[in-house]
Amino acid sequence: MSISATEDTAERLARLQESVEELLREAERQGASAAEASVGSSTGLEVAVRLGEVETVEHIRDNGLGVTVYFGHRRGSASTTDLSPAAVRDAVRAACAIAEYTQEDSCAHLAAPELMAREVPDLDLCHPWPIGVDAAVALAVECEEAARGHDPRIVNSEGASLSTHFGLRVYGNSHGFIGGYPSTRHGLNCAVIAQEGESMQRDYWWSSARAPEDLDAAARIGARAAARTVARLNGRRLGTRKVPVLFRAEVATGLLRGLIGAISGGSLYRRASFLLDSLDEQIFPEFVRIHEQPLLPRGLASAPFDGDGVATRAKDLVRDGVLQTYVLDTYSGCRLGMPSTANAGGVRNLTIDSGPLDRAALLREMGTGLMVTELMGHGLNMVTGDYSRGAAGFWVENGEIQYPVEEVTIAGNLREMFANLVAVGDDCDFPGSTRTGSWLIEQMTVAGE
Amino acid sequence: MNDSLALARDSILAPVGLSDGDLDRLLGLLAGASVDAADIYFQSSRLQSWVIEDGLIKDGNFNIEQGAGLRVICGEKTGFAYSDELQFPALAQAAEAARTIARGGRGHSVAVGAKAPAAALYPPINPIDSLENADKIALLRRVDAEARAADPRVREVTASLVAAHDVVLVLADDGSLAADVRPLVRMNVSVIVEADGRREQGSSGGGARTDLGFFLAEERALGFAREAVRLALTSLEAEEAPAGTMPVVLGPGWPGVLLHEAVGHGLEGDFNRKGTSAFAGRLGERVAAPGVTVVDNGTLPGRRGSLAIDDEGTPTQETVLIEDGILRGYMQDKLNARLMGVAPTGNGRRESYAHLPMPRMTNTYMLAGDRDPAEIIASVDKGLYAANFGGGQVDITSGKFVFSASEAYLIENGRIGRPVKGATLIGNGPEVMTRVSMIGNDLKLDEGVGTCGKDGQSVPVGVGQPTLRIDALTVGGTSA
Repeated sequence: MSISATEDTAERLARLQESVEELLREAERQGASAAEASVGSSTGLEVAVRLGEVETVEHIRDNGLGVTVYFGHRRGSASTTDLSPAAVRDAVRAACAIAEYTQEDSCAHLAAPELMAREVPDLDLCHPWPIGVDAAVALAVECEEAARGHDPRIVNSEGASLSTHFGLRVYGNSHGFIGGYPSTRHGLNCAVIAQEGESMQRDYWWSSARAPEDLDAAARIGARAAARTVARLNGRRLGTRKVPVLFRAEVATGLLRGLIGAISGGSLYRRASFLLDSLDEQIFPEFVRIHEQPLLPRGLASAPFDGDGVATRAKDLVRDGVLQTYVLDTYSGCRLGMPSTANAGGVRNLTIDSGPLDRAALLREMGTGLMVTELMGHGLNMVTGDYSRGAAGFWVENGEIQYPVEEVTIAGNLREMFANLVAVGDDCDFPGSTRTGSWLIEQMTVAGE
Repeated sequence: MNDSLALARDSILAPVGLSDGDLDRLLGLLAGASVDAADIYFQSSRLQSWVIEDGLIKDGNFNIEQGAGLRVICGEKTGFAYSDELQFPALAQAAEAARTIARGGRGHSVAVGAKAPAAALYPPINPIDSLENADKIALLRRVDAEARAADPRVREVTASLVAAHDVVLVLADDGSLAADVRPLVRMNVSVIVEADGRREQGSSGGGARTDLGFFLAEERALGFAREAVRLALTSLEAEEAPAGTMPVVLGPGWPGVLLHEAVGHGLEGDFNRKGTSAFAGRLGERVAAPGVTVVDNGTLPGRRGSLAIDDEGTPTQETVLIEDGILRGYMQDKLNARLMGVAPTGNGRRESYAHLPMPRMTNTYMLAGDRDPAEIIASVDKGLYAANFGGGQVDITSGKFVFSASEAYLIENGRIGRPVKGATLIGNGPEVMTRVSMIGNDLKLDEGVGTCGKDGQSVPVGVGQPTLRIDALTVGGTSA
């Protein structure tokens, strides 16, 4: 049930390829003019400890297949967790039954054959971790102990957990394209609770990597979780005011997600974006470059081909502050009269180039304002860019942190926030596929007491 | 007669030839002297969805899922494994994996037998078959046409129709077999309106544990279309929202997401057993203003958040969480109830067989008071009236919660005035409930659209409340 070292990955991959081929043949037998299918299979282990004891041991074993059939320009889809031959037939039959009722949509088709990935480059994504339950528990306990021992104000814990996943993915379509690859992902995280007087706070830290040796040391993760938690104790509220806001690196990722949502084909063709018709427009100051690296070795979001089988490639999304491309899959691209940008399934390994300022210099640049370290809620209106979210962080005066802040909101408009970006720091210090330093925004409304 | 159990046996156990003897053997593999509890959760689900966009039925999907989750509990330790194959050897292998946390020997034999059926809250039907596919398509076309006809400023219309059939069978370590057949239907309509270079979005929808005829009754589906357009057009007129702390009047129904975030999550048993909730250790204390009574009730017939039994086989119930402002109880699953020395409350829920159960809400709402809603609005000199909300979020340890208004108006001199843009509202759960100063007589439950996420698991839930006045809540607008 856990990661199997005995069964050859190549054999398992070959079996999944056969499933995809069988799905495509079955679709053809049932009369489809074209089809595409993907099959995934993953195994893994997750252990959680709390207060030094095992809390849960979970053995992961997920299978899934999805198929889309085309009858000319009508399509239907089905998915199932069952990979047996009978389930494959049922899934194709269900997809075909759906396609009887969908209507002609000239954009409902496979990606152009010339865009298909010609080879599947090895991106160094597969590093299985043959760790047993006892060793996994020991590492999680070490992580939690480092957090609990870090400061006497750490009085309780939500625990630490370790996860290791091994997955196989195969995609194929009736152009004759079929590609698959194995990958792994491992993680270690810790969440603890600090108390002082009436104030109780929780915070966490984590590490995530394709290879176990790339994970942060357990003790470091624990110590960082603890330090973040105690720093939040005795937070104060602020009076309502307009001030500069620094989004610390780990929460600045949300602003990049807002950008990607607004330049994604699905939002654009539905006119549900605040960045309609922004191609080649200046949406950020000139110093901003944002780029995607889908072929990054060991990258957490790396993939040799996208969800439509299209070969991925590195590209700039924003250069000199100007929007260079939308983020399109085959369907949304067609709706906008553009080719796919190989982004079926999203963007992969996004980076905004760092500026010259480190964290301390950014705070000095801000002078007086709010450094945000946590955001709550979903307050982004993608149609207008109006932005309003719950926040916590630190009040800064003369470039120095004064005290923690909680129970305030910050509000503005994302389009204006992009235009009024003062600096991006050279202080990216968190794990994940999105790389960014902290963002200093000229001014936002902070609501509080 | 136990219809659900017979249906569940037929659709899950019979096709793979699992006999009661096999179930007994599986329990024997899981349980033993050192094991405090063990269970097997079988599930078979079908889900069909349709989408209309640009006036065309573009997409449809059919999803089939089945499997079993096997769990072993020793003290506070849980071992868990699952399988999407239901044949005996695969389940026996999963049982071995789940049992690795238990050190002691095996040896457990019980007779597998039916548990007394829980009250029927919804019919044991497959809602996917409750309407011909052609009629589902026709319904979506009518919804699309209704939205477009409602106003010339409507530019884009997207509507979806989802029907799900979920059959579950829970085998507990006492040998009891409990089953539930859970229909769930859902519709959503989303529109974009455009005028004078300004664009806005509005969406509406509803659902229930019933058949698809629900959307045809009382022109319900067409009502969603008109409501989505109304909300979008209101936003088109909206001005900057205010920023700062002020009196807020919350409308009835879906604004009950306030309760879900401000108190609901903080009253789930796991957080309180572990002492990580801002409400931990406060049973019997005043946590809300007099007159505030909040319940979690999984027994409302046909509601989206209702369940005949929870995912551990416990019948659901009405649990009083806060009574006249005093904290009375927590929501429990079996594990946390046992460790806290109380009875389970039927709140043990899981997203699927591949997830572990934990304490979750069902339908959470505040009981009605005696105030006329008009009187509540008239009591505010200057404040905000929030009629509709998007989602929310809570930090259960600090008690801080947010929820995002999607339809809101200024109140000036006791009258509802201009619409303002959506804004996030933030407060502190244990504090904000003490600031409820007026409770309306107009309790309403939501339309059946709620989905709650916790630890990466999503489950359908319901919320509700009467019109409420909260004396001070922070509104996150831009107009300072």
